Amino acid sequence: MPKLTVDGVEVEVPAGSTLLQACEAAGAEVPRFCYHDRLSIAGNCRMCLVEVEKAPKPVASCAFPAGDGQVVHTKSELARKAQKGTMEFLLINHPLDCPICDQGGECDLQDQAMGYGYHSTRYTENKRAVADKHMGPLVKTIMTRCIHCTRCVRFSTEIAGVTDMGMLNRGENAEITTYLEKALDSELSANVIDLCPVGALTSKPYAFVARPWELKKTETVDVMDAVGSNIRVDARGSEVLRVLPRLHEDINEEWISDKTRYACDGLKRQRLDRPYVRGADGKLKPASWDQAFATIASNVKEVSGKQMAAIAGDMVDAESMFALKSLMTALGSPNTDCRQDGTKLQAGARAGYIFNTTIAGIERADALLIVGSNPRWEAALVNARIRKTWMRKPIKIGVVGERLDLTYDYDYLGAGPQTLAEIASGEHAFTQVLKDAKAPMLIVGQGALSRADGEAVLATCQAIAEQTGMVYDESRTETPGEDGAEPTVTVTPAWNGFNVLHTAAARVAGLDLGFVPGEGGKDVEAILKAAKSGGVKFLYLLAADEIEAKAFPNCFVVYQGHHGDIGAQAADVVLPGAAYTEKDGLYVNTEGRVQLGVGAAFPPGEARADWKILRALSNVLGQTLPYDTLEDLRMALNKAHPVFTGLDVTESADWSAFVEMSLTDGKMDDTVPFASPIENFYMTDPISRSSATMAACTEDFVVPKRKAAAS
Amino acid sequence: MSGKHIADDSLQPESFEFSAESEAKITTILAKYPEPRKASAVMPLLDLAQRQHDNWIPMAAIDVIAARLGMARIRVLEVATFYTMYNLEPVGAWYLQACTTTPCWLRGSNEMMRAIKDTLGLDNHQRTEDGRFTLLEVECLGACCNAPILQVNDDFYEDLDYDSTVSLIESLKKGEAPSVGSVKGRQGSMSKDGPTSLVSLKDKDGVPAWFQDQAASVGGDD
Repeated sequence: MPKLTVDGVEVEVPAGSTLLQACEAAGAEVPRFCYHDRLSIAGNCRMCLVEVEKAPKPVASCAFPAGDGQVVHTKSELARKAQKGTMEFLLINHPLDCPICDQGGECDLQDQAMGYGYHSTRYTENKRAVADKHMGPLVKTIMTRCIHCTRCVRFSTEIAGVTDMGMLNRGENAEITTYLEKALDSELSANVIDLCPVGALTSKPYAFVARPWELKKTETVDVMDAVGSNIRVDARGSEVLRVLPRLHEDINEEWISDKTRYACDGLKRQRLDRPYVRGADGKLKPASWDQAFATIASNVKEVSGKQMAAIAGDMVDAESMFALKSLMTALGSPNTDCRQDGTKLQAGARAGYIFNTTIAGIERADALLIVGSNPRWEAALVNARIRKTWMRKPIKIGVVGERLDLTYDYDYLGAGPQTLAEIASGEHAFTQVLKDAKAPMLIVGQGALSRADGEAVLATCQAIAEQTGMVYDESRTETPGEDGAEPTVTVTPAWNGFNVLHTAAARVAGLDLGFVPGEGGKDVEAILKAAKSGGVKFLYLLAADEIEAKAFPNCFVVYQGHHGDIGAQAADVVLPGAAYTEKDGLYVNTEGRVQLGVGAAFPPGEARADWKILRALSNVLGQTLPYDTLEDLRMALNKAHPVFTGLDVTESADWSAFVEMSLTDGKMDDTVPFASPIENFYMTDPISRSSATMAACTEDFVVPKRKAAAS
Repeated sequence: MSGKHIADDSLQPESFEFSAESEAKITTILAKYPEPRKASAVMPLLDLAQRQHDNWIPMAAIDVIAARLGMARIRVLEVATFYTMYNLEPVGAWYLQACTTTPCWLRGSNEMMRAIKDTLGLDNHQRTEDGRFTLLEVECLGACCNAPILQVNDDFYEDLDYDSTVSLIESLKKGEAPSVGSVKGRQGSMSKDGPTSLVSLKDKDGVPAWFQDQAASVGGDD
């Protein structure tokens, strides 16, 4: 633990810290461009020069180890002069185009030039110009502005795991580019825009759209996948213009996936902005809220509770699901389900359907078995965390399922249930790897669980977890001290390595609040079958778009949601709801972490927050829900399901309850290999399907691969 | 100056393979590095590829080397573009690298450059229309004692002035390479008027003259 003095403040920093970290610990601000907490150290911008006593010249603090007894000055005349000189060099070739630069107002170079630069330039020669590079539909390049910090190169190599960026040539001719100017094929590619300290890499869809100071910034959470990335939504008026990541060490660190960032233009297209009622000619016609409610009421009148059913979608907030569940219960219907993909997970034992290890917990693992999942597409940030772990320490990874490029090395164990059964029975070599590991973990994806034999797969995964010691409580071992010294106590914290990776943001909340078939109720498959045959006469789709919903002649279908997607086409009455950026609501991510989403804009037209629609409808149906405000609704939700009380915490779930749960002892279907449910990362939900940017990404990244696979 | 130009797609061969001769050398090169550090062999392998392929490296070779050494292609390309000695587009059979750094410039490299311009019509980075000559201005070639220097392929021609450069290029045009080294006939970096020191190693008695002088001065002190 070296102790040193920075600007007269004495600090003690962990061994191995850099001088820059020590300066930060002492509260001194040191300018920097190339240094980034989460990337390797490059030391090539030279902006972080400080004076160290007894050193012959200024020292680049980002690349210099903090040592005992150093006396550092960050604001001395020498340090200031060095920083100003560096800034002058950096600005020699940097264009003065801030007024037309999208980075303007949130530019590190601009800010630091104000703080650490000379007031005007002494350079009169020509500046260099660099040809712009093509980097795909997301990243716009203006390479003349580049200061060669290489943050983007290090990000793509180290974190995204796609080694295609680099710096060609040298000296004055150095240029950042991708190999042969191909777009960076990564789900995390757009994070280089945030990393770029200047305006060289900017957002293509957001080019020349707005200035940062015009935007209303709302801190909320993402619902494009079940990771629950923390995001900031920037809106001007009622228009969401961009989505940026927000720091959350335990979830997304400071990255977000490209879908999270860029699907927001889908919020402007295909929106349902008023109620519709299907007329006698079979076409949907605009209607007023009263007309729509009256139509529903008249159709519900003769239907018994048993003939009613409700399906909740993948992006719905917990409050709306709770309100709909309460309404259906009041109407006497047990037919409710939130598992659109037909996953065989069951409500009840929470340990059986959440990501028990937690995302940050992955870093403790030393062996990992991935079953029927493509984490790269299903949860890009979980995959980034696995890669981070793989980069930093030895971890043995095995995959049962598709053979894909996951950005880290793994042992390919097999394609389907047979391999999984071998691992469970101990015949497979990987069983021993899991047994030998101190913190073994298993990730089972929805591709393996939403099959007909999903419950058997779940039971097998449970058996593997049990047999390989994936779940244990905290333990203490005492080593007696030598020569009468105090004994050393080693505490091994509790560990649960059993993980279900969800793809739907609403799924865990739905299971938590029991949006599953009640006593004798029907699940999604049975509901749809009954709707076709006439067994179900009234079907309520709460933003459910991932089901095969065609118009059912004998069934009255109500769709409540925000996009005119698959669900709305099947509906007899369409009620316009709010998208995730337009309403407050609770979401539970795959870890079981409850997070609060905050509305950043108003829903378009006559659309309303979803819980309000359900509350109003319940009144019309004569089963008035007992809450008038969102707070009342949350109180009722918390009372019925205390798990929603704690915000942003992960509580360890009771494993024994899952073990005691009776799972089928049926057999797995050996003939069908596991496959990820996501065929196209860029289009997985109504919002991203409506997004022009996501369509462009599909065209650039997914279609060529499909063609290659087909030929 | 601008960055290195990579040959257009129309010039790029579809594939590249190391010859058997190169393969033998690669085995020796790779043996120098431990397996996890085999990426260290990137520079000699690029050189081999260039020598085998008419003095320039096609992109196909970059791919081959990257695969061979377990590197990302961009990392190999970074190395290939960093060093001036790697060519990424076709060059003439006579590849001229003229040094114009200070010592050569002081000794008349401008005249050498003028001679090249007059005989071949070449400026820096240019190639003659018949494709036989390419000129590249380079930094110090490390033979300042015999400045100015013109490197033709792998060989140095030294002590050049306008006339000797013209006659050198004329013979190159005929396909003849004169003997390498100083065009003035100097041996190594010996003075132009012949040796000035150590003219004779031994005198008549078999004792070196400089030793005799030293012995005399030592003797005088006695």
